[in-house]
Amino acid sequence: MVTGDVKLIGSWASVFVMRARIALNLKSISYEFLQETYGTKSELLLKSNPVHKKMPVLIHADKPVCESNIIVQYIDEAWSSYGPSILPSQPYDNAIARFWAAYVDDKWFIALRSILTARGEEEKKAAIAEVEERTDHLEKAFMECSNGKPFFNGDHIGYLDIALGSFLGWWKVVELDANHILLDETKTPSLFQWAERFCNDPDVKPLMPETTKLAEFARKLFPKPQA
Amino acid sequence: MADEVILLDYWPSMFGMRTKMALAEKGVSYEYIETDPWIKTPLLIEMNPIHKKIPVLIHKGKPICESLIQLEYIDEVWSGTYPMLPSDPYQKAQARFWADFIDKKFYDPSWKVWGTNGEEQVAAKKELLEHFKALETELGDKTYYGGEVFGFLDIALMGYYSWFKAMEKFGEFSIETEFPKLTEWTKRCLERESVVKALTDSDKILEYAYVLRKKFGAE
Repeated sequence: MVTGDVKLIGSWASVFVMRARIALNLKSISYEFLQETYGTKSELLLKSNPVHKKMPVLIHADKPVCESNIIVQYIDEAWSSYGPSILPSQPYDNAIARFWAAYVDDKWFIALRSILTARGEEEKKAAIAEVEERTDHLEKAFMECSNGKPFFNGDHIGYLDIALGSFLGWWKVVELDANHILLDETKTPSLFQWAERFCNDPDVKPLMPETTKLAEFARKLFPKPQA
Repeated sequence: MADEVILLDYWPSMFGMRTKMALAEKGVSYEYIETDPWIKTPLLIEMNPIHKKIPVLIHKGKPICESLIQLEYIDEVWSGTYPMLPSDPYQKAQARFWADFIDKKFYDPSWKVWGTNGEEQVAAKKELLEHFKALETELGDKTYYGGEVFGFLDIALMGYYSWFKAMEKFGEFSIETEFPKLTEWTKRCLERESVVKALTDSDKILEYAYVLRKKFGAE
């Protein structure tokens, strides 16, 4: 569906970029994907996001939108008559989805990343414990939001599904790195099953990076000190 | 009914001041419950079990946490009057972007400039002035961040106004001298009753900052 001049600056490996791409897929928006080269920042990126100099940046009719969750909301609003609604319709459900999306970024992701940056076994153990505790909160959030339906957003994937689900590739990579299950079928069964459904969603599947490729990239991004 | 809306808040909180402004702009009456976040009352724990922080907005018994989320909620529920967010999706995205900038970037140096000393304070001051500059540039020659209309982003930043004096005092700089356009904007905002009523007296905040400085070991 041609809907005008839409570009996305990003990378195949980025969780935050994936959020924008899933949203664009949900709305069937075709776009030009401008892949950044690892280790450099293009002139267009620096010009379009002078404040943070980070991807993703959505450029719609030459106007840049930055910050992944803000981009997802923008896509939902700019193309509100296309495809399903990404944000819930009720203000309270909206507030809850936003709350947990912020939690994912401010608390859960920080804990997940600290497993990769942990120095020594003690730090790693502490980071793992933190991720497990926070994942447990997300399991409860899923029960609260989904109300028996398959996704946080109900019948189809939405804002919070995208916010958390985009991490699933990296979630697996961190599990391998830590040699420890971080999405446990017995501890957080609802989340575990949700993850499978999310990854199999047709708007998500083609975007989810392959684990081996991502693990290799992770080793570049988070090099281990030489033993 | 006033008891449909309850606000758990603490008098010095810049975040609570935002929510108070928004409720006032919409003409929503509410019950205010002074809640010291250092003391985790049962109500606070019940309503915000994850963060145990204020402000918490409680509407018909259901809690909404995080001030910017509260602002969006208030705008959506009381949508018939005085829209806080622009209706244009791009303008809305810009307002959200800068509000996010304030909390992700501006917040940290804004307290470190009065709450720390030595090298840490020097670094915080430098960063704070850069962020003030960015915010003044974003304002430009507009009447408000919302254009002609006082809105979401104006509230997001004005929430910090009571703390400006403390930042200036300990950071040893003058907002009026460094950022004249921003200063004019604050004066326009201060003409609004909702803003004036929501803000805590700056001298009271300054006194409180002194107390916290000692507590943090910066004094």
